Amino acid sequence: MNTSWFVVLSAFIFCIGAAGVLTRRSPLVILLCLELMLNAGNLALIAFSRMLGNQDGQVFALIVMVVAACEVVIGLGIIVAMYRRRLPIDVDAMSELRG
Amino acid sequence: MLFEQILFFVAGLGAIGGALGVVMLRNPFYSVLALVSHLIALALLFLLLRADFLAAAQVVVYAGAVMVLYVFVVAYVGGSDEPLRPEGGAVAVLGPIFALALFVEITIAVVGSSLGALDTTGERIASSFGSPDEIGKLLLTDFLVAFEAASFLLLVAAVGAVVLARKRRGLEDPEAAPGVMSAHEAISGPKEVAR
Repeated sequence: MNTSWFVVLSAFIFCIGAAGVLTRRSPLVILLCLELMLNAGNLALIAFSRMLGNQDGQVFALIVMVVAACEVVIGLGIIVAMYRRRLPIDVDAMSELRG
Repeated sequence: MLFEQILFFVAGLGAIGGALGVVMLRNPFYSVLALVSHLIALALLFLLLRADFLAAAQVVVYAGAVMVLYVFVVAYVGGSDEPLRPEGGAVAVLGPIFALALFVEITIAVVGSSLGALDTTGERIASSFGSPDEIGKLLLTDFLVAFEAASFLLLVAAVGAVVLARKRRGLEDPEAAPGVMSAHEAISGPKEVAR
């Protein structure tokens, strides 16, 4: 398969994720859509790594996976903290950063 | 060659379907399950691109560990069905339009670029391309600093999650902490918000 197929597929998945981040209200689903966008970036990195025959892109994708895992852990921690304080699980209602 | 193309289209449609499921499904629990299927389809695409180690890591780390974390939190928070924004909301209309415009823009930028290698399957590669020992060698030689920074980042994230999600004294009982009452009044408690 040509590299351009993979790159266009990754652009499509990235845009689906971007639409989800813009339209959904639950922070859980917004985190899932962020995962979609990060994974689309990973797919593009690996496609270019295959195109150039160079494995540096795969190492980059691996580091992106680590960063995504960290982001998920912190995001879910914030959601659990919101739930414990009985705040509504809705990003529109969370309009202030007061602790 | 034909087998590769069939596998690409099957995995690509699976990935797109999973992604649409994440965005469209109302129940967050089903969104998580759609993301699991998306990640497995993506791992197949990684295999097509000869990234064997990354495909395995994707299935084990993402579809295995991270998604279990998600399922636990959705079960804990109680993933209630949420409506999308009320009809006529500007963001609900402009969001998909913006995403579509972004897709068209990226596609024009990629296809219109004069990068000739985009229309090839890529350089000739050794059979060990993307294998665990090659990636491990790169991680421990050229990318040692990034590797160590990633491990430190994971440590910081684990400590941060424990600090964020721990039980704080006084915050569980709104009457006991006067500071919390004002926050509740400002954002109106969950009972009033349940729509």
